[in-house]
Amino acid sequence: MIRFLGRRVVYMAATMVVASLVLFLLFELDPESVVVQVLGPYSNADQRQLWLQKNGYFEPAYARYLNWLVHFAAGDWGRSRIFNMPAVSIVWTRLSNTAILGFWFFAFLIPLSLAAGVLAGMREGSRLDRTISALCVASASLPPFASTVLVSVLFVFTLGWLPGTSSMIDGFAYRELVLPVLVLVVYDFGYVARITRASMADVMTTPYIRTAMLKGLPYARVIVRHALRNALIAPFTVIMLHVNWLIAGVIVVEFFFAYKGFGSLILDASLGRDLQLLEACTMVTVMIAVGTQTIADIAYMYLNPRIRFK
Amino acid sequence: MDMPTQSVALVDAASAPSPTLRLLRSLARLRESPIALVGAGIILFWVVVALAAPLLAPFPPNVPQVPMAKPMAPAPNGGTFWLGTDHLGRDILSRIIFGTRTVLIYAPLATASAFLVGIVMGLLSGYKRGWFDEALSRLSDLVLAFPALVLYIIIISKFGSSGLNIVIAVTLASSPVVMRITRGLVLDLRNRAYVQAAQLRGESTWYIMLVEILPNARGPLIVDACLRLGYVTITIGTLGFLGLGLPPPDPDWGGMINETRQFAMVFPHMLIFPCLAITSLVFGFNLLADGVRELSLKD
Repeated sequence: MIRFLGRRVVYMAATMVVASLVLFLLFELDPESVVVQVLGPYSNADQRQLWLQKNGYFEPAYARYLNWLVHFAAGDWGRSRIFNMPAVSIVWTRLSNTAILGFWFFAFLIPLSLAAGVLAGMREGSRLDRTISALCVASASLPPFASTVLVSVLFVFTLGWLPGTSSMIDGFAYRELVLPVLVLVVYDFGYVARITRASMADVMTTPYIRTAMLKGLPYARVIVRHALRNALIAPFTVIMLHVNWLIAGVIVVEFFFAYKGFGSLILDASLGRDLQLLEACTMVTVMIAVGTQTIADIAYMYLNPRIRFK
Repeated sequence: MDMPTQSVALVDAASAPSPTLRLLRSLARLRESPIALVGAGIILFWVVVALAAPLLAPFPPNVPQVPMAKPMAPAPNGGTFWLGTDHLGRDILSRIIFGTRTVLIYAPLATASAFLVGIVMGLLSGYKRGWFDEALSRLSDLVLAFPALVLYIIIISKFGSSGLNIVIAVTLASSPVVMRITRGLVLDLRNRAYVQAAQLRGESTWYIMLVEILPNARGPLIVDACLRLGYVTITIGTLGFLGLGLPPPDPDWGGMINETRQFAMVFPHMLIFPCLAITSLVFGFNLLADGVRELSLKD
């Protein structure tokens, strides 16, 4: 168990380092393109030479990469050009905003989609199952940008119940969080509920559930005590693995509602050609993605009694 | 959709039906699943719209006429703006009709390219195993360490936005997933008797992979292809919506939403119709995938 954990963590770190190398090769290998991005297209040759000299860009590429990696690990993520402040501080502010969004998203998504999936999977083919399955397909077919538009038209422009932007200019307001959370829940509900349904339907056909039923246990007790524990292993790991996919929804939602979170920061960095900020943001998403994948793997092993390492 | 299985033809050339006939037969099987039929119907509708775009569109898609006309407004030179016009006065219905071409060219092209790369990688790593498998699997882990949309953003901010770059980005992000599915299927199939028979006959590796293994792995791959077409359609729309999509002025559904976003408050019609168009197309792909999966489970 300890060895498995250790291997998994080492592998996670190795993936991050290799990803950082790819990023470096992509963005930093050619000093000329870096200096044009940092100083802008109207800088002259002398300025560029001076900046390259000052920031050590005349060193060989491997030395620059190691230097960059050491600085990154030490928390020096360069300077954001469009915000004119250290990239690390703006990334942390925005990440904490997205964490608030993420918390409320999971607080609604997990109970809703697990309950729907379990109810549908309990009796495969029932009318309830068909209704929930249809909802799932609809949710999976609705691109996040389409649902942002549709909920805005409904709740903001037609009914006038909720604010159409979530920029939190006058301080934090829960009202402004409703639509982003709603869109994200709609976006992910179908996928998680489907996995839960499939997993539950699978468990319901196993011999031990039949035994429990034939033993004369009350139906509710069979579901709660016997079925749920095994049926919820797959959805849990899927939710963790899905963080990678969720980031796309977060970017779209934060962009549309002007929420000052991490997703809109990546987009700003990309559209504003802010190289060092984009590098920092990308490394953070890689760390989030690889970290959640590792947690999902470890948790799956821990939760599933059928997998045991010698 | 159906891969022609030449192995059948080799075994019994006289009685085996031609590949075209087999394809028609498997398409006819869609009748057994109403869900798949509805999905295929929606997709077919959009394909016809794309093919007949010049006949169906009431106006040229890129010509400004009356800005900000509401739906059903009459056009100055006769005709009606059924869905209104956008901020530049271009007819929204015509733009949606011509935009069908964009999405129905790039989504299948990108998906096909991702499948080509993913299937070849999956066949090689599943069949050859060894260091090759190890290397390809680690490589796909590395690509999957980048969230897909972030990967698109990096590629497009580095290499610029064009149809080709979108296809390359989708291939890069999706082929590792296709590879994993294929590899799993190959690991299951590689020890079957017919593969061993082909090995004893002295067939080449490529022959075994493409003629013996791939046709037998096609079921789950076809289901995934339908689902992935839906994802890729969403992706292309999302890139357009974020302002990273195809360059203007040719209509593209996601781009139409992005361009008119600031007028949403007063003229929601500019955004709603492209949203409905893309949702219905993705819905079609998802229903088809569900139906095909149901059919393949029946076998």
